[in-house]
Amino acid sequence: MDVGMILMQVYVFVLACFAGYQLISKVPPTLHTPLMSGSNAISGITILGAMLAAKVGTGSPFGVSTIIGMLAVALATINVVGGFMVTNRMMGMFKSKG
Amino acid sequence: MSFLATSDKLAHWNGLLANFGYLVSVILFILAIMRMGRVKTARSGNTMAAVAMLLAVVSSFVEMGQIDPTWIIVGLVIGSAVGAIMAKRVQMTQMPEMVALLNGFGGLSSTFVGLATYFSLAEAGRRGTLGAMMEQAGQGGWFGGINLGLTIIVGSVTFTGSMIAFLKLSEKMSGKPILLPGRHVLNGLLLIVPLALAVGTVWFVSAPWLIATMLIAATLLTFALGVTLVIPIGGGDMPVVISLLNSYSGIAGALAGFTIGEPVLVVSGSLVGASGIILTMIMCKAMNRSLANVIFGGFGATDSAAGGGGKSEYKNVKSADAETAAMLMADAQSMIIVPGYGMAVAQAQHAIRELAKILEAKGCNVRYAVHPVAGRMPGHMNVLLAEANVPYEQLFEMDQINEDFKNTDVVLVIGANDTVNPAAKTDKTSPLYGMPVLNVEEAKAVFTIKRSLGSGFAGVKNELFECPNNYMVYGDARKVVEEVIKALKEA
Repeated sequence: MDVGMILMQVYVFVLACFAGYQLISKVPPTLHTPLMSGSNAISGITILGAMLAAKVGTGSPFGVSTIIGMLAVALATINVVGGFMVTNRMMGMFKSKG
Repeated sequence: MSFLATSDKLAHWNGLLANFGYLVSVILFILAIMRMGRVKTARSGNTMAAVAMLLAVVSSFVEMGQIDPTWIIVGLVIGSAVGAIMAKRVQMTQMPEMVALLNGFGGLSSTFVGLATYFSLAEAGRRGTLGAMMEQAGQGGWFGGINLGLTIIVGSVTFTGSMIAFLKLSEKMSGKPILLPGRHVLNGLLLIVPLALAVGTVWFVSAPWLIATMLIAATLLTFALGVTLVIPIGGGDMPVVISLLNSYSGIAGALAGFTIGEPVLVVSGSLVGASGIILTMIMCKAMNRSLANVIFGGFGATDSAAGGGGKSEYKNVKSADAETAAMLMADAQSMIIVPGYGMAVAQAQHAIRELAKILEAKGCNVRYAVHPVAGRMPGHMNVLLAEANVPYEQLFEMDQINEDFKNTDVVLVIGANDTVNPAAKTDKTSPLYGMPVLNVEEAKAVFTIKRSLGSGFAGVKNELFECPNNYMVYGDARKVVEEVIKALKEA
């Protein structure tokens, strides 16, 4: 493994952590629950890894990996779809006086 | 030859287009989280994040090119249907359980991504240690291999930890801490052994069946770790646990990103990881406890009984009925409502909103004081009150409103206990000492709606109940509020 590539990935990780910290440290408590369920849906991004595992094609025959991958896709999709929909429902309830 | 040349070129264009899509989706994720931090833009932020996710999935299809997507589509369809039904059916009072459950699914998905990545390498004919297999596949060699193991470990802890949290929150399991003997040693072993197994697969073992066995063993052991980590934690500490598990699910996503070498996963995973850690810290601060104390403390099980005043009897407690409360409220110029978990249990938020409307019509200034750890997850009370159409401008954080209690005519404490205990400020022997609390006892009159004089989650005597200006109104929170409303209407 090219050390440069590893370093690049670690850079991306560290910078994203800083960005996340800066973006979220001033969120008002009213939004803590929706923020949590919304960010939870974002963590369903593992769906991309799941799709790679569930695909069948050249150099990637049908096998145990396909089935486990399919389960991973289903679970990540529940996380993504359920998370975004319920967050949307919650946010719709936040009303101002006007 | 010509076919190969075409597919190479196609692969090239695929890759370029897909990576552009990933880049746009990363930007959208960051902007979305930024928007989710403000009430006015929060909803559009959520929509933006959903669009970013869709774009990432489409880009992934583009990148994979000519494949058989049957199984992917099966997973997508099942997942979408289940997710949509869950999101439609869940009640707002059940949000903590819902978040825990979804979080658990995310964790298990990461575990499966780790396992499936190994199996697909083996099925594609790669041989040798896991590090060598990842090297042959151009997936980062030992670095990818280690991250594959870590994805499985973090994903599994997230899964079973969230499931236990779900069971505790939905009261399918007792919320009381369960303390196993020697649990610190056990937890240590359940972490070290899977890590050793992961290291073993990357450098030292090359028989495919043995690597598979070791990875599955690591999965099962970390499933157990998730259970042993969360069962000692009491129901009232759930805001911390949920935030922490939320963070773990993000970290698992980032690790999966290292495994498959995909920056979109690394970025969005670490954004979620960071947000979960921040919420965890806010919750710990609000309880004046360290994260280590929450995780390893088993708070509320053994420690609190030893604390000062833990078991002593109540003296000189005044009580009042709903009619008396209504009479005082009818003349009040200002009222602050302090909600707690009991409000969620009794589903009292709609009745409270109705009461507030009646009093506002009489010219009373009604506000709500929300303690950071009120309820079972961060922001729990705010969501319930929003469901009952309480404008968010009337909801105040502890620091914003704590000075105003002394100028307030009536305070209504509904289902809150430890967060309004003055002993946290004065009694150095109290287990709650040092925890920031709402100064409700400074108001002219306080009505505390409670089923009985039983102690709160922390098992600590509440000195508020003995204050001369506090009146206990015994009963179910919703029923009491409805009786107050009835008395006000009849007056």
